[in-house]
Amino acid sequence: MNEWLLISGMALATFATRYPVLVWLSRTSLPPSVFRALKFVPASVLSAIIFPAVFLPGGELALRLNNAPLFAGLIAVFIAWRSRNLLLTILLGMAALWTWRAIFPL
Amino acid sequence: MNKPNSPTSPKHAERQTAFFAGARDTFPLIVGAIPFGIIFGAVAVSSGLSAGGAAAMSAVVFAGAAQFISLGLIAAGANLPIIVLTTLIVNLRHALYSATLAHHLKGLPQRWYLPLGFWLTDESFVVAARYFEHAPVGPAKRWYLLGSEIFMYANWQLMTWIGVRAGQTMPDLRNWGLDFALVVTFIGILVPEIKSRPTLAAVLVAGSTAMLANNLPNQSGLLLAAIVGIGTGVFLESRAAAASGILA
Repeated sequence: MNEWLLISGMALATFATRYPVLVWLSRTSLPPSVFRALKFVPASVLSAIIFPAVFLPGGELALRLNNAPLFAGLIAVFIAWRSRNLLLTILLGMAALWTWRAIFPL
Repeated sequence: MNKPNSPTSPKHAERQTAFFAGARDTFPLIVGAIPFGIIFGAVAVSSGLSAGGAAAMSAVVFAGAAQFISLGLIAAGANLPIIVLTTLIVNLRHALYSATLAHHLKGLPQRWYLPLGFWLTDESFVVAARYFEHAPVGPAKRWYLLGSEIFMYANWQLMTWIGVRAGQTMPDLRNWGLDFALVVTFIGILVPEIKSRPTLAAVLVAGSTAMLANNLPNQSGLLLAAIVGIGTGVFLESRAAAASGILA
């Protein structure tokens, strides 16, 4: 496969999801109902990325003690909830992942 | 004495303040993107992409999740149209981001939309969406978003390069679980945003749908889950508003 053709195609595909809507909707006004819906975009998209990553790390449901992403994820949720500090959540979340993997290896 | 655009004018100071505020507020997300960028570079060279190809992809595609997924597809021997289509679907969430931000970026000079659009990522969107709610009217919004985006972009290029070099010298780097940094970053963003029952419901429904739809082709489950989550949030919010009589 031609690597450069692939990268060009991916660049165009990505740009097409970003630029046109920005230009179009900066000229048009949307009804308020659309904004009520768009308010839920971040929470919905982030959840749709997070849940499979922690519950289905290998593509299948893994409610096991040696599923480190699940337990590190739960610890990160707790830290984020109590501290509301993003940096702390990232650092302790990664520390939790490595600690959990050391205690409960695959 | 002061012309509108001279470096000492109040207008210039306002733009500069907004630009650096955007960069500063993006810093915690940069910390999360650092290991993710390194692991992308490291995995890229072991998936069959050349070092130059990995750097070029980060430079012109600039979409972490899609880049990462493309590596899996390249390693699995997927063909070019499939990889491009997957990139499009995985990145469709950016259209939702653009729609959300466009409302705040009306009437800018045309030259602004190209860089602001090209550089838009999950991270800059989240930071800007929060800022835009209370931002002053005027140029602050666009400069804030630009500061966030340029900072993200520069970091991503640097980390890709470091990852490529690290991957060449430390082949086991990909087993460190560095890609999990993206997940904890998103957890750190998401949890404090859950301030209402409709939002909590959107989170649980979108997350569950994404798990059930995990086997759909081209990661299209992500988009389906987002739409179902948004629908849940809207439905519960309008019902709550109707019950309390706020909604006319």
